[in-house]
Amino acid sequence: MADVVLKNVRKTFGRTHVIHGVDLDIRDGEFIVFVGPSGCGKSTLLRLIAGLEDITSGELFIGGERVNDLAPAKRGIAMVFQSYALYPHMSVYDNMAFGLELAKSSKADIDSKVREAARMLQIDNLLDRKPRQLSGGQRQRVAIGRAIVRDPKVFLFDEPLSNLDAALRVQTRIEIAKLHTDTRATMIYVTHDQVEAMTLADRIVVLNAGRVEQVGTPLELYHRPANLFVAGFLGSPQMNFIPCTVSHIGPDGVQVQLPKAGSITVPVSPEGLRMNETVTLGIRPDHMKLSPQGTLTGRIELVEELGENHLLYVNVGGERHLTIREPGDAHHEAGQEVALALAPESCHLFRESGEALPFLSGSRTPAPPSPDLSSRAA
Amino acid sequence: MKMLTRIGFWLLVAAVGLFSIFPFYYAIMSSFRSGSDLFTIAYLPERLDFSNYVAVFERQPFGTNIFNSIVVAGAVVALSLALGITAAYAFGRIRFRGRSLLLMTILAVSMFPQVAVLSGMFELIRAFGLYNTLPGLILANLMLTLPFTVWVLTTFMRELPKEIEEAAFVDGATPWIVVRRVFLPLMMPAAVTTGLLAFIVSWNEFLFALTFTLTNEQRTVPPAIALMSGSTAYELPWGTIMAASVVVTLPIIAMVLVFQRKIVAGLTAGAVKG
Amino acid sequence: MSSAVASAPSPARETAQGGRSSLTRSRIRAAWIFIAPTLIVLALIAGWPLARTIWFSFTDASLNNLADYEFIGFENYVANYDGEWFGLLTDPDWWHSVWNTVWFTAVSVSIETVLGIIVALILNASFPGRGIMRAVILIPWAIPTVVSAKMWNWMLHDQFGVINDMLLRLGLIAAPITWTANPDTALWTVVMVDVWKTTPFMALLILAALQMLPGDIYEAAKVDGVHPVKVFFRVTLPLIKPALIVAVIFRALDALRVFDLIYVLTANSRDTASMSVYARQQLVDFQEVGLGSAASTLIFLIIALLIVITMAAGRVRLSGDPR
Repeated sequence: MADVVLKNVRKTFGRTHVIHGVDLDIRDGEFIVFVGPSGCGKSTLLRLIAGLEDITSGELFIGGERVNDLAPAKRGIAMVFQSYALYPHMSVYDNMAFGLELAKSSKADIDSKVREAARMLQIDNLLDRKPRQLSGGQRQRVAIGRAIVRDPKVFLFDEPLSNLDAALRVQTRIEIAKLHTDTRATMIYVTHDQVEAMTLADRIVVLNAGRVEQVGTPLELYHRPANLFVAGFLGSPQMNFIPCTVSHIGPDGVQVQLPKAGSITVPVSPEGLRMNETVTLGIRPDHMKLSPQGTLTGRIELVEELGENHLLYVNVGGERHLTIREPGDAHHEAGQEVALALAPESCHLFRESGEALPFLSGSRTPAPPSPDLSSRAA
Repeated sequence: MKMLTRIGFWLLVAAVGLFSIFPFYYAIMSSFRSGSDLFTIAYLPERLDFSNYVAVFERQPFGTNIFNSIVVAGAVVALSLALGITAAYAFGRIRFRGRSLLLMTILAVSMFPQVAVLSGMFELIRAFGLYNTLPGLILANLMLTLPFTVWVLTTFMRELPKEIEEAAFVDGATPWIVVRRVFLPLMMPAAVTTGLLAFIVSWNEFLFALTFTLTNEQRTVPPAIALMSGSTAYELPWGTIMAASVVVTLPIIAMVLVFQRKIVAGLTAGAVKG
Repeated sequence: MSSAVASAPSPARETAQGGRSSLTRSRIRAAWIFIAPTLIVLALIAGWPLARTIWFSFTDASLNNLADYEFIGFENYVANYDGEWFGLLTDPDWWHSVWNTVWFTAVSVSIETVLGIIVALILNASFPGRGIMRAVILIPWAIPTVVSAKMWNWMLHDQFGVINDMLLRLGLIAAPITWTANPDTALWTVVMVDVWKTTPFMALLILAALQMLPGDIYEAAKVDGVHPVKVFFRVTLPLIKPALIVAVIFRALDALRVFDLIYVLTANSRDTASMSVYARQQLVDFQEVGLGSAASTLIFLIIALLIVITMAAGRVRLSGDPR
């Protein structure tokens, strides 16, 4: 069991900067998910922790020990690879035993550890098979089993579910969560799938272009995105963004002027905002309603009926579209003229730089996060 | 029109096929004819006369020549692969300074004209006391096979998944263990391909074998066949030569037919991807 | 924890060290250990003999006593005694062998390329027996050169050869031809046997390139009704050009050092002698190690120059990331 601490960790390949100074405090036993678009550096960051890539500068501590110069095997980590990376010529048993054998464990010790892990993962009947005789899900279990027998302080997962089909993905996701509950080991998990991130993580690290955009609990990130990037990345369908201008600054928030429509007062702290400054208003599809008193008017261009709810794509003038989620029993048709009401307390305001304006205290439904989980923008 | 194209195509196929195998067919035919029969032209076999085959093993030390060729080619293949696989791991999977330059140099050596090293090699083999011995030929032939073995194995090595190697490092493997326990088993198909090519190169090698051997007992098959002579200098024992040719070619042809796909894969890995 | 941070070196100093973990360091160390045996062997059996050959070319060494020689500068290449010119560069036989080699290379590689493309196109079509055909054309390639030279020698025999017999029966020639001895036909004969032996190699390389082409462009061309001949010249040929160039260069480098075929097929005839045949003749038959080495050195320089040009052209590909 160990905590993982990154201090100003940087990585460059030649002249390309892949990781720009990441600071991160991962507590013992925590399940951390690195999430971000492809190429954001999340896998590289994981590989730096694993020791498969060199840290260009900065420091990495695992369990209080500085491990920058330690070989992967000496860091007390185990890694589950995207492609499983099973040794094709070895049986399942040998795949799991290989690391212990190299560590010169006794035969009896190896045998008991391998069999215990196999029992736990329900692959004890497959121990004599070769990887090519296994299904994708079984291979995945062997890869996890190989990690478990190392009894690592930190588990590293590099997009472990992306090669599985949808049903298996959900099932394995649940098993990984259970593995975390059972072992209480520190786990670092890389994915591009926000559902995996939201469901598995104690805390999520959102990465973009080699920088940490925000660190926080899943709900904290969802409800209080620190910037435009996080706001747009988490949540499906994506948050709607409407450019507008500041028309009034008062004690109850910032009033902004929506384009070709009325104005709305968002309960955020103005913090140096000037009049007529351009800002972006963000609102999730669930937080808008069709209402005759709505501030925005437009025409429904497309209705996607998903069953439990429907997505309406509303043209609000020009090329601008907003997405609204409506209950599945409502009936709407394309071409219909509608007015949209925005819930002010669910609106987000972002400065031109992308940074979110902090909410006025007590104005939000979900409880604010505890201070030690406070989000940190790079 | 379509029929005509069809016929034309098959005629072309037949012509290519005939051109490819006729010389070998004719050699087999001639090898079964002896005495004055040989000096009349025939296109179809009439009877099987094995006297040329008897002659090639009785009047010539051809059995020894074949044995020599097998020893030399076998040793060359074994050495090339042993050296080549470790080197290919380094070249194919590790970034280090000077890698490209070294790889280029090795590729360049594989294109060396043999004659360019002939006098230097002659001196070297003499200095080691290996003139007119099989180890001398093994050493010389390594110059032909080792560079392309390294090259072809490197291209194969590059195609193995990176994650398997990384999993082994996480498991605590050293580079040597990675090569021996993980990559060596995975490289077996590639090693077979490369080994076959190296075997063919060594089996067919002529210039070194001709220059660095003196007595018929130390010769490999190619110079033995090239230097086969009859009772007089002006009369070549064509029947015997054809019998010898057939004997040494059959195993190669069998190998080509069996391992056709592997050989083609090796050739294209060495050339097209290069 | 905080003390560990305080005692750790500053990031700037680490950058200066290159920040290599023990994995990278041990892998780089392993890389050198792994390639060392190969490099040593190659230095011994390729580098050293090459260096000695070049050195011998500046000496008057002789084969029967290699240890006893003197440095004579460029005299093996060109020398002037009493107004008379000596040395390799003044030897008409050498220049004849250069001409033979260049002519042989140009003609045989051209024919092999054209035939190779045709054979590759045939094998790229799907017809019953394609697999057998592919194996059949590999046979000439796999037969030892010496053996194929002997087979052809026998077929081309002036009195009892099957080729003369065929041509006589077909009425194409009036009298038997001494193929390998007649200066007019000897080099053509060499070319023909080389074409027989090496076209399969070309065809297979080109076939590999053809099989990597995407099928949908052909379907698109078919839908557009483009004539197959036009498709070949406008689509196929430009797409396989890189592979074709590599194959041609490989073959040309190979043809420039031709030895076995010419040596066995036409013996030590001046009419067909290649540069390699000439060099070996000087070295072994005439025991003139100095002169022979000078010829070897020139061959090496010619081929090295071509290799350097080739590699400069192919460099982009070679330096690609191996991972």
